[in-house]
Amino acid sequence: MAEETQVTRRAALRCMAFGGAGTLFALAGGVFTPIELAAAADLKRAARLGKPLFVQISDTHIGFNKDANPDVGGSLTRTIELVNSMAEQPDLIIHTGDITHLSKPAEFDLAQQLLGRLRTQELHTVPGEHDTTDPTVSEYLDRFGGNSDRRGYYSFDHAGVHFVALVNVLQFKPGGLGTLGTEQLAWVAADLKGRSASTPIVVFAHMPLWSVYEPWGWGTGDAPQLIELLRRFGSVTVLNGHIHQIVQKVEGNLTFHTARSTAYPQPAAGVGAGPGPLKVPPDQLPAMLGVTSVAVVKHPRSLALSDATLA
Amino acid sequence: MRLAPFKSIAALTLLVAAAAGSAVPAGAPASPTIVVAREFMFAPASLQVPAGSTVTWTNRDDEPHTVVSDAGVFRSGALDTNESFSFRFDKPGTYHYACSIHPRMVGTIVVE
Repeated sequence: MAEETQVTRRAALRCMAFGGAGTLFALAGGVFTPIELAAAADLKRAARLGKPLFVQISDTHIGFNKDANPDVGGSLTRTIELVNSMAEQPDLIIHTGDITHLSKPAEFDLAQQLLGRLRTQELHTVPGEHDTTDPTVSEYLDRFGGNSDRRGYYSFDHAGVHFVALVNVLQFKPGGLGTLGTEQLAWVAADLKGRSASTPIVVFAHMPLWSVYEPWGWGTGDAPQLIELLRRFGSVTVLNGHIHQIVQKVEGNLTFHTARSTAYPQPAAGVGAGPGPLKVPPDQLPAMLGVTSVAVVKHPRSLALSDATLA
Repeated sequence: MRLAPFKSIAALTLLVAAAAGSAVPAGAPASPTIVVAREFMFAPASLQVPAGSTVTWTNRDDEPHTVVSDAGVFRSGALDTNESFSFRFDKPGTYHYACSIHPRMVGTIVVE
């Protein structure tokens, strides 16, 4: 709906001022509506958006200190302030990984301290490959493994929606993509078995669960087996981070959405040597972190997604 | 803060000196033992060394990299810009490794 996709100048300025931002997903008529966060923070619009269900934050990369953004803690703080300023608080926060940059204890501690300032206290996370580089992969699981008995992947239900948190960064095959693995896929099959096809499903993992750009590893090798398990459901939303930019795809009843980072942008697929930090002039940085897409759901089979840039 | 074994700039400097210098002590490797991670590639991608050599990887990218053996023989933590990791190869064999953050980055150490 054009009305929802147009960003007011006030909202645009506010969003740019805030810097990093997340994506709000409101539950409207049983389906999800990803909404640009700045619009959600606008009090006059908030009443029309329905009950905010969750906000997705991704790739906070606490510990990163290079030129592309020397103050990632500040960017996350501004994101949190933006979420906290929403008239109606979301039920949940979902972080789709790369919480830290180097898996260091001090980075995790700072990230937890900052995320603890969210008014919404229910936080769900999955690890990114930057969170699992310590020798025993225990720093992440010690802090965030409570929901999953330290496996990393788990599911839960909220407001009639079934959420599935998956890990695709622990079984890298050299030269390949992310991997879910046979054990996790079997767990998903068992988890979904017997659930009504009308149950809205939200799946989230760090790396894209569809092939965005294989030469840079922007995909998950065995994701097609996961997708097959999801096809029978009427409304499936698949959320990822990892690539620090928005890419969306709609395939039948499945909507795929990768979120921007709150820390720094990355180049578009295939531009440059690899997926490293993209340096942009400082005045352009907030717009590359702080704008998410606007999407309006009329019906799960006629999902309409579009990007809105504020540059 | 935990440090990986041998992970220091000092170790790298010593190895560079050993590799480049003419006065190589008896028993020390004669071939270069430095691998650089730059622009999302390991260079050289394949390196031959005598048994007993210590190989040092140094990250020259803005993005962190890791050095993880396919067979679980060695594993660095995340190496930030200009950080290094070293491993001593005592047993002859072929060791394949990759960066766990960017698994398209692969390399091989052949120990003779």
